[in-house]
Amino acid sequence: MSAVTVFGICAATMVGLGLYGLITNPQPLRKIIAFNLMGSGVFLLFGIIGRRGAAAGMGNDPVPQALVITGVVVAFSATALAIALLLRLSQTTGSTTLKTGVQPSAASDPPGG
Amino acid sequence: MSVATAFEIVLAAVVLGLGIWTTAVRETYSATVGFVAYGLLVALVWVRLDAVDVALTEAAIGGGLGGVLLLGAAARLRNTELVLTEAPGKATQVAAAVLAALTGAALAGAVLLLPDPAPTLAPTVVEHAWATGMTNPVTNVLMAFRAMDTMLEKVVLLLAIVGVWSLATDGAWGGHPGPRHRADPHGVLVFLARLLPPVGIVVGIYILWTGANHPGGAFQGGAILASMWLLTIMAGLTDTPPVSSRRWRLVLVAGPGLFLVVGLAGLWLGAAFLAYPPAQAKPLILGIEVAMILTIAVTLGLLIAGAPERSVK
Repeated sequence: MSAVTVFGICAATMVGLGLYGLITNPQPLRKIIAFNLMGSGVFLLFGIIGRRGAAAGMGNDPVPQALVITGVVVAFSATALAIALLLRLSQTTGSTTLKTGVQPSAASDPPGG
Repeated sequence: MSVATAFEIVLAAVVLGLGIWTTAVRETYSATVGFVAYGLLVALVWVRLDAVDVALTEAAIGGGLGGVLLLGAAARLRNTELVLTEAPGKATQVAAAVLAALTGAALAGAVLLLPDPAPTLAPTVVEHAWATGMTNPVTNVLMAFRAMDTMLEKVVLLLAIVGVWSLATDGAWGGHPGPRHRADPHGVLVFLARLLPPVGIVVGIYILWTGANHPGGAFQGGAILASMWLLTIMAGLTDTPPVSSRRWRLVLVAGPGLFLVVGLAGLWLGAAFLAYPPAQAKPLILGIEVAMILTIAVTLGLLIAGAPERSVK
């Protein structure tokens, strides 16, 4: 078994795990973590493709590597935005539920804020 | 089975175990800690895949700064999570499990059945390395051959900052992001926040500089600088800057701004948008990288600090 096989199966499982967590975990923060888990699996799959494309004295194709580096940074900024939204939601409504029709608790925030 | 293969199997098993634990554990705080450990071990997987540049990024941003972000959020949301009892029904759970298993199996099958020989762009990258004068192929791809991606990614970082800032309440607009941290002035945190930044700043700049020819670059160096800045903020030695400050906003746009200017100059003087003249390629790229490391460090730090919460007094 080569590194490609071992880590390839690992990465595919991580995508599946992340998807499961994203659907079944009710807390938004857990959904964000699960989504990151899924993203990390996708990045790893990309790394596997790059590893298979090892050539010209390089152990890993540099083009997928560069794209993954860009992807990691974008994933981080999306996570930061999601968490800022979540913190604002909990600040405004006093809870982090994603269910519709939940009344916000008494004005914890000035109107229009 | 060789030692290397055995190590890889154990590493994959531990990574998987952490992934399962992160998904299944009851407490959100534990899940966060699991995810941080997962991020650091995934960096090791990247090393085994011979992608050291990605490993550095994953460890610094995925494990390190991402961990700070998630742990901070988990700590602030601790009280609100207790009241939640809205787990989905059994049917949803089974359906989700089936869907996840099918997705995972399809991807695993795709990985095992990939065509041989695999397509690769590595020889093309090596062939054109002369055009930039740098020998790190990943930096060449990031800063020259696919410079458009990197520039747009800087714009994404800017948009994320705009998004986070726009969540401020009316009263706090233009103020300092996040809470004002206080720590025991004789405690370990303050001691480390005085001791580590000089070392960390040198390491961050070194990683930027060495990125031209060895693994490293502006992303990894910027993440290290950001973590040093955050350390002093969390120890209460410095405060986050007010978001209305023009000087700080200038730093935020410096990276993508300079990138855009050089790109447009390429359109005017050279062959195409973002085409560097080969003779000046290396100084131009290094100049962009210096502006970028500052922008990345400040953006990452401010993204973690969050929305403005305290108005300027």
